[in-house]
Amino acid sequence: MKSRYPFYIAVALLIIAGLGLATLRHVELGIPWLSGDERPVWLVEARIDFQASGEPVLVSLNLPDNPPGFHVLSEQAASPGYGFSIIEEEGDRRGEWSIREASGAQTLYYKAQFVPDPDVRPPQPKKPPQPETIYWEEPQATAANEVLELAAAKSSTPESMTRELIKLIRSTDPNQNTALLLSGNRPVDVLSRLLNHADIPARISEGIMLEDARRRQPLRPFLQIYDGDSWLTFNPQSGEQGLPENVLLWNRDTTSLLDVMGGNQSVVSFAMLRQTVPALQLARAEAIDSGLGFLSLYQLPIEEQSMFRMLLLLPLGAMVVAFMRIVIGIRTSGTFMPVLIAVAFLQTSLLPGLVTFISVVTIGLLLRGYLSSLNLLLVSRISTLIILVIFMSTAISIVGYQMGFNTGMTVTFFPMVILAWTIERMSILWEEEGPHEVVVQGAGSLLVATLAYLLMDAPLARHLTFNFPELHLVILAIILLLGQYTGYKLSELRRFYPMKVYE
Amino acid sequence: MIRWISPAALNRRGMLNMNRRNVSYIARYNERSAYPLVDNKLKTKLIAAEYDVSTPKLRQVVSQQHEISHFRERVEDLAGFAIKPAKGSGGKGIMVITGRDDDRFVKASGATVSLASLERHLSNILAGLYSLGGAPDVAIVEDLIQCSSTLTDFSFQGVPDIRIVVFRGYPVMAMLRLATRASDGKANLHQGAIGVGIDIASGQSLNAVQFNRPVSHHPDTGLALEHIHIQEWHTMLVMASRCYEATGLGYMGADLVLDQNSGPTLLELNARPGLAIQMANGKGLLPRLKYIEGLKRTHLTPEARVEYAMSVFSHTGALYTPPKKTSSSRVPA
Repeated sequence: MKSRYPFYIAVALLIIAGLGLATLRHVELGIPWLSGDERPVWLVEARIDFQASGEPVLVSLNLPDNPPGFHVLSEQAASPGYGFSIIEEEGDRRGEWSIREASGAQTLYYKAQFVPDPDVRPPQPKKPPQPETIYWEEPQATAANEVLELAAAKSSTPESMTRELIKLIRSTDPNQNTALLLSGNRPVDVLSRLLNHADIPARISEGIMLEDARRRQPLRPFLQIYDGDSWLTFNPQSGEQGLPENVLLWNRDTTSLLDVMGGNQSVVSFAMLRQTVPALQLARAEAIDSGLGFLSLYQLPIEEQSMFRMLLLLPLGAMVVAFMRIVIGIRTSGTFMPVLIAVAFLQTSLLPGLVTFISVVTIGLLLRGYLSSLNLLLVSRISTLIILVIFMSTAISIVGYQMGFNTGMTVTFFPMVILAWTIERMSILWEEEGPHEVVVQGAGSLLVATLAYLLMDAPLARHLTFNFPELHLVILAIILLLGQYTGYKLSELRRFYPMKVYE
Repeated sequence: MIRWISPAALNRRGMLNMNRRNVSYIARYNERSAYPLVDNKLKTKLIAAEYDVSTPKLRQVVSQQHEISHFRERVEDLAGFAIKPAKGSGGKGIMVITGRDDDRFVKASGATVSLASLERHLSNILAGLYSLGGAPDVAIVEDLIQCSSTLTDFSFQGVPDIRIVVFRGYPVMAMLRLATRASDGKANLHQGAIGVGIDIASGQSLNAVQFNRPVSHHPDTGLALEHIHIQEWHTMLVMASRCYEATGLGYMGADLVLDQNSGPTLLELNARPGLAIQMANGKGLLPRLKYIEGLKRTHLTPEARVEYAMSVFSHTGALYTPPKKTSSSRVPA
């Protein structure tokens, strides 16, 4: 007797591989287990207004690139007549609009969808940034040195130094030195200069506060210092460390946000909207550039996707048939006829499908009875039957359409061969085993087909089979295990009941 | 009302079920390549002849559509004959003609059919109507079995046959199948024929079932089914056992009849014998199958195997444990 271990190991591997891959894809790609899942997405729109002066115009806007805590789902620019391209230079993304000639008020839009994703970290700088060299003029130089001394006395690390500086600068009763430094300068600029002066690399990044349905929002400055490892963000107003969750850093570094050539009075403002997007759609949009994306069917042409959607349901039906026949012991006509009938039900929906199936098969059985009395050869009889089935389904479609039932049309989805073959099989069964067996097998087929349909039609089943095709490995394993079942069928418990007599 | 028996109770009786039969016996002991031998009655007849197993005399083989026109002249001098599809299973497509009534042929049931309908039947057989999967088939025309008078009375119309389940060449269980009015003269249990368990050791009838329910008398003939004794029982067992050498099938059913003139005759072999034989015997097959599986060395000749089977599978003997060391001494070298 052959060892069964390799078999069971293979089955276990199939199950582990199926569930493992599905879980991995769920985690990595964010494909939801349930179809109804929704995720928030921020739609941010940057609007650039300026007055063009009738010359060639080149507008360059700094675009967010891997803002911490978010990733870009989609981006697009809208601007009539302008050429648009995204340019990357020195790790800086800029959108450039260009036009040969424009005059008067111009409005350009850049829209992007951002998905909150706590895992996104800004890239590490390739080489540690160096503090800028700052030149002060007297008396600012003295004031700056004194302020720095004051802060240094109360701090030990760049971080605490920064906090102390912010406290000093934002203090409600500023001393003489800070007042001098702040006169005519933004506090954040002063802070950045002071820090750089103190040999701490610092920069100003700008971000927007994300709030639903806000318009005309300006960018807010954030102070960032480099602690030798990564950039740390501080709120220059409150001195709070860290980037709030609802802040999207639009541009890092000190490069300009907007450059306009051939225009003036340029203004950038931001509007934002919180959208909820089905998590599935999100996953699909992201699947393309993800490592595990190749396993999904989203890249296929839509037409093929819808075909696979149907095809991938078949294993479920096969599993139902295997279970019903092996464990329950329901007799069906043909092994996989019920699956095919169930697929046809998917097209027609259950009730119209059942009605048309039963009526076409019944009429077909009657006609076939007549055909066999005509003494025809078998092949021509089946061929005749197929043509008759086509006539019948055409008739049902036309009658259904005239009566206003759309469902009449869907009978055409029943493959003729399924119907004709069912009729032929049933009528042979009728002749050989009698009507009782026809009823038993016919009802068994329809019952199994209905159960298979109900399973295949469940939204969850449709969702899982298409979005997690690897779960079919689990189905395969279950079917293999069913093939190993040597126990009694449920129907045998009834069939062998008379054995009780021989106790 | 639906009545159930618990799986545990079935296990106690060693009832073989369909799944286990398929997985543990048919799939394990039957080579697929041997199936055509039993699925094709023509091949079965030829191979059986080689192993001295007699089958009904072959009168005619119709393998081409145009040969059907010669059918009439070739059955002209035959009073009775049976038309069978070579690849038919479960008695499908078998037509038994017992006599003539002018132009018409008389069926076993007494109904008459025209030549045209016989020809259509032949044509259907050739087209594969009764074969597995609809494959093209041939029709064979055989002599009718003249059923032994000792058994005819027990059967309504059809010829009673004896199904013997042969496992690795050992006859393990047997039953007599009697046609009834309900089964339309056919000996198929699920169509309503009566199954009578036969004691391997003696050829004596045990109990009987119809439609899986125990019966004591034949519903049509009214005869008691209690004390039937199969003539030439030993010969039948040996013939069934020989089919193992002929086909190489480890698990099969041999269907035999007792012909008035030629004695035990093989009707057909079945690579997937049904499970109803257990009901007719009131015993499960599993203990016997396991007993044979437990044999360290199997007997080499059909006669020795039959001898051995008759000694261990007697109805009265309780058989639940596979043979241990003591029984191996009985196995001849």
